[in-house]
Amino acid sequence: MTWIEGRFEENVITTTLEQAMNWAQESSVWPMTFGLACCAIEMMATGASRYDIDRFGAGAFRATPRQADLMIVAGTVTYKMASRVRRLYEQMADPKYVIAMGACTVGGGPYFKHGYHVVKGVDLVVPVDVYVPGCPPRPEALLEGLMRIQDKIKARKLGKVSGTASFGQKGEKITDELALPHHSGYGKVAESTATA
Amino acid sequence: MNTEEIHGLLAEQFGDAILELKTEAIDPWIVVSADKIVDILTFLRDDERLQFDHLNDLTAVDFLEPDEKKAKKFPYDPHLEIVYHLSSFGLKHRTVIKISVPRWKNDEPGSHPEIPSVAGVFGIADWHEREAYDMFGINFVGHPNLKRILCPEDWEGHPLRKDYDFPLEYHGIRGM
Ligand code: SF4
Repeated sequence: MTWIEGRFEENVITTTLEQAMNWAQESSVWPMTFGLACCAIEMMATGASRYDIDRFGAGAFRATPRQADLMIVAGTVTYKMASRVRRLYEQMADPKYVIAMGACTVGGGPYFKHGYHVVKGVDLVVPVDVYVPGCPPRPEALLEGLMRIQDKIKARKLGKVSGTASFGQKGEKITDELALPHHSGYGKVAESTATA
Repeated sequence: MNTEEIHGLLAEQFGDAILELKTEAIDPWIVVSADKIVDILTFLRDDERLQFDHLNDLTAVDFLEPDEKKAKKFPYDPHLEIVYHLSSFGLKHRTVIKISVPRWKNDEPGSHPEIPSVAGVFGIADWHEREAYDMFGINFVGHPNLKRILCPEDWEGHPLRKDYDFPLEYHGIRGM
């Protein structure tokens, strides 16, 4: 815990409920064990010691959708599999997130033209939060995708919106908001558009 | 034993049912008539000189050029070919047997061509024939359990036929 030691006065830490909840959620994203094709090998590599997805709190791969927060669709989704993918997604408890990993799940990939059996993108079956392109994506790319999911969780709002947000009416609860990457340098742009 | 010698033995045994021998390819093959395929494979398996105890593969090929422009230059008449790869562990030789059937029975699109099943000769042929049925729509008469093996049971059409139309929608999921 070196990163937090010695940073606070004794006894009391103040934070907002929203931040605390989001922090807890983003630090323990439990993915579902869900490998459909070759990309799954790369997902396993991400989970193994060299890349170690557990550093991001997402190393507890669950074998049941009921305990999972994140579905990493790693591999080719066939029409035969699609109904199972949707059922598993529906069995997951809210809040739930989906990463489409690899060209196949992003848009059909190598099977786009001649694959009679492949769904042309898993977003035709379940709502996708983050797309990770590549065939297969390297583990670093999947980790980047996971960080984008964490950004998304970080941006979750509990309270009502006070100003006019980019979408939604004043006073309306926003359930979902796409965050900017926390390392891309776009933060300033976002601030300037928010004030405008 | 090479394919010429095997062809010689088969021609001696079955006469007219052995149609053709092609040796110019790397894998030479023997074309036989479809009605006699069960007898021929049984002979290949049981004869002392041949002892083909293993069916490596059973598959089909669709000879059709769906593109009208290219069809004029297409060197084959439209037909389906069923290919049997056999090998003998004891005698260490291999051969290829082919049979050719029309794409549709009696030229009515939608009615599957029929050939005898060899699942009784080689057990492995059971699943191979189910796959060939699934992908090409060939009816293997006498097969113990001829259902689709890869596609879902309610799938329409046989995907490896060259004139297959891709599904536009499957159970609410958009296709192309
Ligand atoms: S995107 Fe490439 S590596 Fe991933 S499942 Fe598809 S074919 Fe395999």
